[in-house]
Amino acid sequence: MENTNYAIETNNLSIHYGNFTAVKGVNMKVERQKITAIIGPSGCGKSTLLRAFNRMNDFVPSCHVTGELLLDNQNLYGKNVDPVEVRRKIGMVFQKPNPFPKSIYENIAWGARINGFKGKMDELVEQSLRSAALWDEVKDKLQQSAYALSGGQQQRLCIARTIAIQPEIILMDEPASALDPISTLRIEELMQELKKNYTILIVTHNMQQAARASDYTAMMMIDDQRAGGVIEFDDTKAIFTRPKDKRTEDYVTGRFG
Amino acid sequence: MKEEVIHLKSLEAQSFRHFDLKKKLRISESIIQGLLFFAGILSIFVTIAIVYELGKEAMLFFALPDVTFAKFFGTTKWQPGIGQYGIWALVSATLTTSTIAMLISLPLGLASAIYLSEYASPRLRSILKPILEILAGIPTVVYGYFALLFVTPILKSFLGEDLSVYNMLSAGLVMGIMILPLISSMSEDALSAVPRALREGAYAMGATKLETSLQVVLPAALSGIGAAVIIGISRAVGETMIVAVAAGAGPNFSFNPLEAAETMTGHIARISGGDLSYNSIDYNSLFAIALMLFLVTLVLNLISQWVVNKFREQYE
Amino acid sequence: MNTPNTLPYPQGNAFYSTLRKRYLTATIWQSLFLGSLLIAIIVLMALIYNVIDGAFGYIAYEYKNSPSEFTATAPNELTKEELLVILKDNLSRGAYNKLDEEQTMETRSQSDLLNLFFERLVRLDTKQTWSMTESLSKGAEIQAEVAEKYPDAVLEFRSWLTPQFLTAPMSSRAEFAGVRTAVLGSLWLVGIAIAFALPIGTGAAIYLQEYAPKNWFTSIVQTNINNLAGVPSIVYGMLGLAVFVRVMESFTSGAMFGVTDSNGRTILSAGLTMGILVLPLIIINAQEAIKAVPDSLRQAAFGVGATRWQTIWHHVLPNALPGIMTGSILALSRALGETAPLIVVGASTFISLDPDGPFSKFTALPIQIYQWTTRAQSEFHAIAASAIIVLLILLLTLNATAILLRNRFQRRW
Repeated sequence: MENTNYAIETNNLSIHYGNFTAVKGVNMKVERQKITAIIGPSGCGKSTLLRAFNRMNDFVPSCHVTGELLLDNQNLYGKNVDPVEVRRKIGMVFQKPNPFPKSIYENIAWGARINGFKGKMDELVEQSLRSAALWDEVKDKLQQSAYALSGGQQQRLCIARTIAIQPEIILMDEPASALDPISTLRIEELMQELKKNYTILIVTHNMQQAARASDYTAMMMIDDQRAGGVIEFDDTKAIFTRPKDKRTEDYVTGRFG
Repeated sequence: MKEEVIHLKSLEAQSFRHFDLKKKLRISESIIQGLLFFAGILSIFVTIAIVYELGKEAMLFFALPDVTFAKFFGTTKWQPGIGQYGIWALVSATLTTSTIAMLISLPLGLASAIYLSEYASPRLRSILKPILEILAGIPTVVYGYFALLFVTPILKSFLGEDLSVYNMLSAGLVMGIMILPLISSMSEDALSAVPRALREGAYAMGATKLETSLQVVLPAALSGIGAAVIIGISRAVGETMIVAVAAGAGPNFSFNPLEAAETMTGHIARISGGDLSYNSIDYNSLFAIALMLFLVTLVLNLISQWVVNKFREQYE
Repeated sequence: MNTPNTLPYPQGNAFYSTLRKRYLTATIWQSLFLGSLLIAIIVLMALIYNVIDGAFGYIAYEYKNSPSEFTATAPNELTKEELLVILKDNLSRGAYNKLDEEQTMETRSQSDLLNLFFERLVRLDTKQTWSMTESLSKGAEIQAEVAEKYPDAVLEFRSWLTPQFLTAPMSSRAEFAGVRTAVLGSLWLVGIAIAFALPIGTGAAIYLQEYAPKNWFTSIVQTNINNLAGVPSIVYGMLGLAVFVRVMESFTSGAMFGVTDSNGRTILSAGLTMGILVLPLIIINAQEAIKAVPDSLRQAAFGVGATRWQTIWHHVLPNALPGIMTGSILALSRALGETAPLIVVGASTFISLDPDGPFSKFTALPIQIYQWTTRAQSEFHAIAASAIIVLLILLLTLNATAILLRNRFQRRW
């Protein structure tokens, strides 16, 4: 039964750059259809950890990962696992909106097409844009360049294109940090809608955002060897109201850094 | 301590006493700035000189009662000495050799650029790039030797008697190799300028490296690559030595790459290399051809620069 | 906010994994990409092979006259004095005087005289030449062929690239021709070109980077420079022909300075043409070098009360100098290989006299390569190949110097 509740689990996951260990011994069980936030001071390895979840760190030549990352009992860093398949199942939204220099329609359709989507493309595009709460704003200009959209719209487009490949998990790396407060609010509202269908892992700088939007929170901190680690992982309410770790308390109450 | 302070003060009294903040006339500064300004705008005079001199002599040519624009652009035989002024006899060869060159250099150059920019490890890159740079540094007359004495005989062994000793095919192929490094390095710059975020966006959607390179990075770099192609064409049109050595001597209105024909540049080189008397119709006609060359390459270069600047703005 | 009509929880139903096919496509394309690079490398190797192949190989030749008609000793053992006597006795008076006029006979070297002995008296006659590959792979066949076709001929394996090839002047006979005249001509040309273009180019770069206001005029100047860098070299040749050879003839021919018997087709005209040609390259490279000097350095100098020129002269230029030099060397190597403008400006087709000043007639290494390549006889192709090797080695040396300079002085700010 346990497996059904958890979308993804890490088992003593460590991330190394050459001889340097950037993230050490992470054990997390990420619950299905919930929003899990990763918080912590800058440079503590939040983004590095997040990127490990869909093997984006593969592109850093010196980077290697030890421990296990389990999706449906399969280790994503196992021998026969294809990183391209992994990323199909675990999508990602980045800090700065990065739509492709293509039309709005193509931005959504492209990922589905390369991944062998055989259904009706128009429907998929519409549904994805609706899911990302963008449809009403762009339905009349689907063939226009995605660069014509505002930053907030671009970010929702990036969410829409991720939804279009129907991943199990969506990773979000500070998705609102480059946006204005109103766009940020819309993204947060959208996340609440999305969690009905997806598991969301979000890295954020913004503690109010984590407190507002997430169900679970992982607190990261670097140790004296400058390796980051999860020092506390709990219900978001618990983290913000009665943290067990002194360092977490210092951080969430703003007494740190 | 105290002594030193006193000492400094007395020094100040000697040399930094007056505070005159009025603007000073620094004559040597002004002269130097004037000289530098002159050096800076000399290039403008070079352009003016090119336009003026080429234009002047070309006008003498076009002013001849016998030479009409209709004849110049409308006929296909070029022999000013006997009243034939059809520039197409030379343009056809320029077009043919340039087309062959682009057919070679564009796919090969672009493919090399993609490999270097997207696939090659830094170590492999540091080996492969200098090789392309060597290729770019070889004088064109050496390429001419290579075209005539290596490529043509090899082509001849396949094509036999259909291929004349001097032919546009061999010249065009070698010209393509000559332009390849240019296309490759400019395209590589364009590809590398595509932000990493775009690549990551594609990878995060489960795209393979090829899909990312061809369907996301390449389209994003397209204008930069376009600029490279335009510069490549401009180089091909203006290239002289390869065609002068290997393409043939004598105007020939033909688009058949197996035939010998003379390009605009090749014609200028051959005629001016012989005994040429000033103010003859041959002399003036060369300037008319050179003016055309200058204008065509000027337009191509301007377009390319404009495209590159647009492209830069897009990502900066 | 509208209620999203959300997708069902992903089942992956509509997606068909085609990964194997996608990876196959990827592998094919990747090999095509690498293949293109390999083609470029193979062509480069073929080119180098082709040149070396042409510079060495069998040659079959006959003597029109036997050396023994002129001397009892073996020709190679003749001293300079003996050769002089033989030449004087056997050449016609006119021919001897003409040679003497080109270069006084007594001042010529022994090898030069020996060449003349073979060229003018023995009259070596090349029957056929073979490339290195042919010579090495089909030696026996060639020997048989020569024995049959030219029973009197001598067959020997010859390196066309010899020390003598470097020191001998031009000759109408490939066997005796050398590149001394051409190499000296090339050195004069690039010397004049760089003397003209380096100060002006650097000055222009300083003006554009340090003084020029950001306005439409500056941007026109900049665009113009970028454009000039892309103008076909033959157009520069036409400019040189019109301006330096014709309009400024009294200056470039040296008539102004009392030089007679000369027209505008001189080293000076060609050198200035080359200078104009490399000017935009030097400006662009120098601009890059000056741009790389950090602003903090300028501000520091201004901060202690330096004028703009003092700042440039004492701080910016010294730091940009390696970059400027590297760029100039690259421009120099461009000038060294340029051929077309020299043809247009009027390089001499045959000249065996060393250039003795800016008002001499001239030839250059690439011009010789061009002329020899376009000759029909294969022995000229052999010396063209040898001349190419000389040119490529010169270029390689220059570029290696540039790279060394860059690595030696490169500073990371």
